[in-house]
Amino acid sequence: MSGSYLLRRVLWALPTLFGVAVVVFVLVRVVPGDPISMMLPPGATAADVDRLRALYGLDASLPQQFISWFGGLLRGDLGTSISLRGDVLSLILSRLPATLELVTVAVVAACLLAAFAAVTAVYFRGRWPEIAVDGATGLTLAIPDFLWGLIFILVLGVLVPLLPISGRVDPTLAFDPKTGFYLAEALITGQVVAFGNLLMHIVLPATALALPLAAALTRILKGSLLEAMNQDFVVLARVKGYSRASILWRVALRNALIPTVTLTGVQFSFLIGGTVLIEYIFSYPGIGNLAIASVLNRDLPMIQGLVLTFAVLFILANLLVDMTYSLLDPRVQQG
Amino acid sequence: MNALVQLLRRPRIAFGALVALALLMAALAAPWLSPHDPLDQDLFNAFAKPLWAGGDSAHLLGTDSLGRDLLSRLIHGARVALVVSFVAALLAGLLGTLLGLAAGYYGGKVDSVVSRLVEIWMSFPSVLLCIVLAALLGAGLHTVVIAIVIIDWTRFCRVVRAEVLVQKSQDYVASAVTIGLRPARILWQEILPNVVPLLLTLFTLEMGIAIVVEAILSFVGLSSANVPTWGGIIQEGRLYVNQAWWLMAAPMLCIIVAVLGMNALGDGLRDALDPVKAR
Amino acid sequence: MSTLLQISDLRLRLEGRPPAWLLRGVSLEVAPGQIVGLVGESGAGKTMVSRVVLGIAPANARVTGGSVFFDGHDITHLNEAARRHLLGREIAFIPQNPMTALNPVERIEPQITDVLRMHLGLDRVRARARALELLHDVHLREPERLLRRYPHELSGGMRQRVLIAIAFACRPKLVIADEPTTALDVTVQKQVLRLIRELQSHSGTAILFITHDLGVVARLCDHVHVMHGGRVLESAPVAQLFASPAHEYTRALIAATPRFDRPGELLRPIPVALTLRLAEDARVLDSSEPGKRG
Repeated sequence: MSGSYLLRRVLWALPTLFGVAVVVFVLVRVVPGDPISMMLPPGATAADVDRLRALYGLDASLPQQFISWFGGLLRGDLGTSISLRGDVLSLILSRLPATLELVTVAVVAACLLAAFAAVTAVYFRGRWPEIAVDGATGLTLAIPDFLWGLIFILVLGVLVPLLPISGRVDPTLAFDPKTGFYLAEALITGQVVAFGNLLMHIVLPATALALPLAAALTRILKGSLLEAMNQDFVVLARVKGYSRASILWRVALRNALIPTVTLTGVQFSFLIGGTVLIEYIFSYPGIGNLAIASVLNRDLPMIQGLVLTFAVLFILANLLVDMTYSLLDPRVQQG
Repeated sequence: MNALVQLLRRPRIAFGALVALALLMAALAAPWLSPHDPLDQDLFNAFAKPLWAGGDSAHLLGTDSLGRDLLSRLIHGARVALVVSFVAALLAGLLGTLLGLAAGYYGGKVDSVVSRLVEIWMSFPSVLLCIVLAALLGAGLHTVVIAIVIIDWTRFCRVVRAEVLVQKSQDYVASAVTIGLRPARILWQEILPNVVPLLLTLFTLEMGIAIVVEAILSFVGLSSANVPTWGGIIQEGRLYVNQAWWLMAAPMLCIIVAVLGMNALGDGLRDALDPVKAR
Repeated sequence: MSTLLQISDLRLRLEGRPPAWLLRGVSLEVAPGQIVGLVGESGAGKTMVSRVVLGIAPANARVTGGSVFFDGHDITHLNEAARRHLLGREIAFIPQNPMTALNPVERIEPQITDVLRMHLGLDRVRARARALELLHDVHLREPERLLRRYPHELSGGMRQRVLIAIAFACRPKLVIADEPTTALDVTVQKQVLRLIRELQSHSGTAILFITHDLGVVARLCDHVHVMHGGRVLESAPVAQLFASPAHEYTRALIAATPRFDRPGELLRPIPVALTLRLAEDARVLDSSEPGKRG
């Protein structure tokens, strides 16, 4: 993986981001509905409205507004949230680590689960474990993604109340984090109780997020594995005296991951949507939850900032997929 | 009629048709089917237990936190789900089909513009689009419909364009041109009938998707607050999940059955109408 | 013990509707240190013979009769664990297509050293030293650098040499080579044949050489079996086979093969009447088979 390749990919992403910024800006200004008048109590005078407009810079012409908004964007100033009365960027940054932790845990869990399930299904081809894996993936994919979070709340939160169903950490717990990455911080600083509590809280939302992803990945990976098992180099591995298990883990899986990773990029778009809903369902204090609250409050500066944040995350995720891809496949030329 | 019987012999189509019929009944006859007014509050009778948990027959599925009859709310929710998903799928289908037909038939510049648009659209996470739209339009049923149409027209467009390209290369279109038929006429008379089975399948599947999107948007409070919706009932039930879990479970079951039904119908139709797969 | 590999009356049937016979009673022998050619047109069943010996016959193919003995042991129906003990160590394989036979996502080093570490128990350092030695033996230059390369960075001829090095890595008693030169350029073909011959004379490994090319057989083999339709039609020492072919099909095959010593001679295709007659023979043979179905 060469540095210049990475740099070029990042530079490539910039025009896309600019496009997103422009589209969001224009959409927000063009559409009817006045967020300012919604902020004021009934009976506010026209002068009040104008004052507030000036405060949020909404009284200038559209190009002027764009220039000042974009200039602010470059300086890291995303404006002021209307509903939360605070700086948009710092509000987002304070919530972002929670989301990143949730998504990371979910993606890692999904990948491990999918690898295990797909390898098991292929190893026991035509026998009951394969039928079980196929059945489980079919069932998971048949039920709409967002219901899984609710099903978990019903089954594991209420009927068999083993795990907490809301929040990120028990508020009564003596835990004073220095960073936003609670889970990582508790682990590194060795705060066992806090780590356990954080882990308990993240299990349900992460699983609900991971399950549909794992099912989709299992299906793709299983197909790729079956294809890889027919390749000449797998036959040669058999003739070299490899066991079936080590053929699967050491030869076929590495090769099957290549097409799987390519198709995984598509899943990220669903993952972002999933995060928003799962955070909402489990009252998890991340940017997804923030997004829904902002939409309900029609907090336009906040929504602009959040959409840009999601776009950056989306582009970074795709970059990560590309990098993984070129790490996995030595035939990819990065020059 | 005979063909219809043949279709209903397929288990997936039969199941899907049954679900669709139930939804249709609920949509058309909700006021007469439901035992109570879904908005009628009866605070003295809040959290009434469902019949199987020792409740009385006045409220078969019990009542919610405001004493509203759950069964009546579910039936009216079905009405909203069906109407919204039908209208949204229809509009998305119309928009996508028109663009797909144009792109596939005329090719050239039209095609490259439409194809490019579809590509950009599909690479954009639909949730972001949804968030922006909902924020701009405010909560309401119209927001739900518009969001679905704007996100999902590409599904129709892509498939219709590809199908038109296939049909265009067939001999009958070429012969229609040689006997002097005008392009628009060929499009209408020759290609559309061949694309219709496909559209029917897509439409059914899209309704399943739209039911989910409607549920999601009403769940997070972006749908109308004045009518009972499945997502809205789940959201209210979630608050009282420790007292009355069925308030949340019942609408979830409705969504699952409705979506499975529409998917079964769509997949069944695809198999049945596909001349290759249907033997 | 004069034979290393002894195949007797091997029958292989592809289960299906209708079932098809892949091998109709094949018998052949390979003595230690001998190079035996197995020659025939495509579909003759020569590859199936090798697949049964290696235990990689298609999942829906079943051995219905006969036996395979290797080094005095019956390996016809060996279980997976026991066969793994044999494969790579005592019996090795050179595949047909070097372009697809190496794992594309792994460097060359582990693809050679894995057999050494697995079967000979060498540690990483010793396995690497032995791999360098092997690459030297197959006349590949800069073996140090080569070990760090990926397969796609090598030419077809280089890859086939690597595969030959892998096959000879554990000094096996038998190497099965399935058309190892078919996918290569003519000039590279000759070099690879010379290399196989050279390695064989040094190590004394027996080779079962599968090919459709009688010319290759003439240059390389001691003994030859001619196959057609899942049967061995003729077995003879190479010199005898070319001097006085006993079977009509062998004569037709020789007439259809270009010869370096008689350039410009007209080649004659195998007569259709002969092919039809052989097919009829096979049909008669199948109908007398007790395991027949449907």
